[in-house]
Formats: sequence, C-alpha cells, structure tokens
Amino acid sequence: MTAGVCAWYGGWRDMTRVAVAPALVLACIVGLGLVAGGSLTETVTEMMVRMVVVVGLYIFVGNSGIISFGHISFMAIGAYAAAWLTCCTLPMVKPLYLPGLPEWLQNTAEPFWTGLAAAAILSGVVAAAIGLAIMRLSGIAASIATFGILAVEFNIYSNWDSMTAGTSSVSNIPISIDPFSASLFAAAAILIAAVYQNSRFGVALRAVRDDAVASKAAGIRVVPSRLIAFVLSAIIVGVGGALQSGFLGTLTVDTFYFQLTFLTLGMLIVGGISSLTGAIAGVLLITGVTVGLRALETGFVLGTIKIRPPSGFQEVTLGVAMVLFMILRPAGATKSFDVFRFPIPHRKLK
Amino acid sequence: MILFAQTLLDALSLGSLYALVALGIGLIFGMLRLVNFAYGDFITVGAYSLIIPSTAATATMIVESAHVGAVVFIVCTAVVVVALVSELLAFRHVRQAKPATLMVTSFAVGYTIQNAIIMIYTSRPKSLGLWSELLTPLDFGPLRVPALQIVTILTTSILLLAMTFLVRRTRYGVQMRAAAADFDMARYLGVRAGSIIGLAFIMSGLLAAVVSLLVETQIGVVSPNMGVNLMLFGFVSVVIGGIGSLSGAVLGGLLIGFASALLQAYLPDGVRAFRDAFVFGLIILTLLLKPAGLVRVTATKERI
Repeated sequence: MTAGVCAWYGGWRDMTRVAVAPALVLACIVGLGLVAGGSLTETVTEMMVRMVVVVGLYIFVGNSGIISFGHISFMAIGAYAAAWLTCCTLPMVKPLYLPGLPEWLQNTAEPFWTGLAAAAILSGVVAAAIGLAIMRLSGIAASIATFGILAVEFNIYSNWDSMTAGTSSVSNIPISIDPFSASLFAAAAILIAAVYQNSRFGVALRAVRDDAVASKAAGIRVVPSRLIAFVLSAIIVGVGGALQSGFLGTLTVDTFYFQLTFLTLGMLIVGGISSLTGAIAGVLLITGVTVGLRALETGFVLGTIKIRPPSGFQEVTLGVAMVLFMILRPAGATKSFDVFRFPIPHRKLK
Repeated sequence: MILFAQTLLDALSLGSLYALVALGIGLIFGMLRLVNFAYGDFITVGAYSLIIPSTAATATMIVESAHVGAVVFIVCTAVVVVALVSELLAFRHVRQAKPATLMVTSFAVGYTIQNAIIMIYTSRPKSLGLWSELLTPLDFGPLRVPALQIVTILTTSILLLAMTFLVRRTRYGVQMRAAAADFDMARYLGVRAGSIIGLAFIMSGLLAAVVSLLVETQIGVVSPNMGVNLMLFGFVSVVIGGIGSLSGAVLGGLLIGFASALLQAYLPDGVRAFRDAFVFGLIILTLLLKPAGLVRVTATKERI
C-alpha cells in the first residue's frame, strides 16, 4: 500500500513532502494549544477559534477565488444554534433569555457535542439553500451577494428578540473549550481543508477559479463544484461559531458583523489568499502583532520616560502595519506556497 | 395620498444621499477596481473636522455654523486632504495588485482613520447641532417637508448636473472615462495616470464632504463609525448599477433609497424592523437577474 502511494507521488522525496511537512504544522498547532497557559490561555483559545473560522473561509474563498463577505453570518448561525441547545449553566434563566425556543428545549441544557452538531447542520443547510441560488454568480457580483447574506442575517438576528436576545446578549452558556481542545478543532479543520483541496472537487474548483471557460470546456460543472466548497466552508465556520459560544460563554449579535468579517478576511489575505498554509500564517501573524501591541498599550519605558500610548493606538498601528504589509507583499506572506497542496498524481494511460 | 407624497420625498432624499456616496465610490472603483472601504471614514472625517478635540459629550465647533462658507470650506479641505494622503501613502503603491489586496488595503486605511479619530476625539458619540434649523418642517398645504430634504435633493441634482458636465464635456472627464474603460490603453494614449487618479480622489473626496455635511445635519451626532453604513449602501449601489458606469451608480443609489423608504413606510409594524433584510433580499434578487448590473458597460463585459 505504502509503496503504491509512494510510486504514485513519485518516490520518497515527494512522500516526505506529502506527509512530513503537514504533520509538523499540525503538531505545532496542537502543541501550542497544549502548552498555552497563564495569561496567554484566552489569547491562544481565541486564536484557535479564529483559525477554524479562517480555514473554513479559505475552503471557499481560496479555492473558488470569490471573496465572501458572508461567512461571518454562518459563524453567527452556528454560535446561536449551539447556544440554543447548550445554554445555560443556570437552567432557569434559559426561558428568560430565549423565550422563543420550543418547549422541549427550554428546560434542558444539552451537552456541547450536541450543540456543535446542531451548529454544523444548521449552517450547512442554510448555506446549501442560499448557495444554490447565488453560486451562479461570479466575481464582484457574487461578493456583493454574499455581503447581502451577511446583512440579511445580521438584520434578522438583531431583531429576533425571542431567539437571540436581540441587541442585548445571551450569557451563561457553559464554557467547554480550552486552548487544547480548541487547537484540536483547528487541526481538524486544517485536515479537512487539506483533504478537500487535494480531492477532485478541490482541484476542479481551482480550475474554475483560474479559467472558467477552459474548465467548463473540460467538463467541470461550475455551480456544483462551488456549492460543495461553499457548504463545507459554511459548516466549518459554523462550528467555529459554536466554539466561540463555548469559549466566551456569552454571545452578542453585534460581534458577528463587519469588523469580524474584515478581520478574518484580512487574516486570510495577509497570509496568502490561495494557500491553506497562508490562512494559518495569517491568523498567527495578525494575532502575534495584536498581542505585541496590546502589551505595548499597557505602557513601556523609553530611556527615562514612561510612555503610555492613548487608546486607539493599538488599532492605528495594526492598520498601518496591514497597509505596509500589503504594499510590500501584495500576494500575502506565503504567496501561493502551500505545504498542504500535493502534486496531482499522474496516472499512466492504459 | 399625503402619506405617499411624503414617502416619495423621503425616498428621493435618501436615494440622493446614497447616489452621492455611490458616485464617490464608483469614480474610484471604475478606474482602479478599488473597492474603497475607507470611503465611509472619509465621510466621518468630514464631520469630525468641524469640532475641537475634547472628551465632552457636546462638541464645540471650530467655527459657528452660521458661517456657512467657512464650514463647507473646512469640511471639504479636510476630506480632500485625507483622500489625497491615503492615495499617496497607500493606494498608489498597490495599484497593480489583485482586487483582494486592494480591498484589504482600503479596509486597513479605513480602520486606521477610524481609530485615529478615536485616539483624538475618544470613541464617545458627540452631539453637534449643525444647521439644526434645517430640520424644521416647511408647510406646503397639507404636506410637511423638512427643509433639509429639499436641500439634499437640490444639492444632489446640482452636483449630478455638474458631474455630468465635467465627465461628458471637459477633457479631464473624457480622460477619466477613458481610464475607467481601459486604464492601460488610456495611458498609452497619453493620459497621465497620477494626475487623473488624483483628480478622481479629489472629486470623490468632495462628494464625501457634501454627504458628510448632509448626514451630520440630519442626525446631529458624530460618532467614529457614522460613515460605515453609508459606505456599504453606496458600494452595493455601484455594483447593482453596473460596474464602471457612473449613471448606473446613481441609478443604483436612487433605487436602494427608494426601496428602503417605501419598505419603511409600507411594511406592517411587526416586520418593519426587518426592513434591511428585505432590502438586501431585493439586492440579491437583482444580482441574480442582472449579474452585470442594471446599466451594462461594454468595456467591463467579460469576454467569453
């Protein structure tokens, strides 16, 4: 079996590329989750949750080339679906927060896994329904349509008081995510993305991205291949939402809007939009810069003077850094280098 | 009937506002394929340029609002300067990059501007009564119309006429349209890229300044993210209208303004809160039916 696979990929050297480098990256991520502690616990957990979301986003954006402004709505859908099931640590407050829930859900608090499954299913179903319509669009029209999804979802969830507590927040959601479990989810998301992008569906979708006309001529059906990526990525982003609810223990609709959409897209594009390694690198880079700036914001000593930057300094510096980065490296940190993309096996013609 | 006439005026003034924003975004977008997400923050800068930095909840203005000329001058200068500086420092250097890179750059520029405003003025919204006398309704028989609506509609009409003249009849306008149709070809034929882009940013900035004044008078409060929603609607208008077409951008803005105002007036009470969901539902539907926009431009047609 092994020998067969090796022959397929052209010998041991390629085999190491296929197996070793990705395994190393995954091990590093899980290792980071394992050692994280102290003041970095929350930062690392948050970063891992973001990584799930950005990797999910990558599955669609990276492979299809369509920039989606809509994926954060799947994060919200997943987060609230999980909260509907797992809330609350104090059972009697559930009917208070969420009076619109059906009777049988109002008095139970399901385990986290059930919430996770619900998040995956709901975001997947919604994505499939919407995707069926809008995956026919390409380019900027498709991007605007995805932005439409975000706006519609945001408007509904902000005003659906009985199910989302409207503009106030749902809290007392049991906290079930620590850095280690979050890192396992991140690794799993990366693995799924890697398997997808090396499957025939992923290769077909990238062909459509690079040349729609030629790939149509070669027999690739555009809408279904986009739809598969869209649904898969929505599911993973939805799971990211569920993780967010299990990490913070409190949810507000406002957090799932424009700012987060751009932060996650920014991470992906800074890392390198068409590379899974880039998605990971982008999350690490921007989180790293943010952590560094946050440390600066508490004050630092320069010579003999103690400097304490005004609030907003951290954000301004991050903004300037992002502009500089885009100027110096417009194709992103990794360009299109990707340890998770394997050479397409060439079969002998019979 | 009265309600309908009033709604129509609401629609027209909201539509004019969106049309102006769409025009400002569309000018740059048509030429550089740059989705300027910082545009909303240009609008915000305009409003903040009028006040003295402080932590107070009520803003103190630099000049009294009675000095109309001075107010307009300050706002226009501030916005144009910010627009030109962001072009010089950021957008110029990514001109050849892919749309995604341009987009993140413009977002980062906007993020920087917004947080610089927070750094200087704090994040707290401030009340600022600019020209509040324009909010008193005028009576036209049974119809009561705030003077501001008339000002908005008139200003927009004048600006649109001026823009049409500039774009159709002057050499700069022709160069801008040429650059929007095919930037490289226009350069080969002698259009100076730097100055024509600079001009587009100046005009786009002036439009943002006008929007800023109108919106500021309307809501009477400045806050660091006051421009974001306008920018989003403007951007959507550009795409709905047809990329690369300025009249399309205006049409898109007017239509979205009309849809919003009509839905606001005629949706039943229980679902009125979901107005934006309906508006964006209509937008998605329009895109599905007309993916290239309402006004189709041959130059931007994909050649298949």
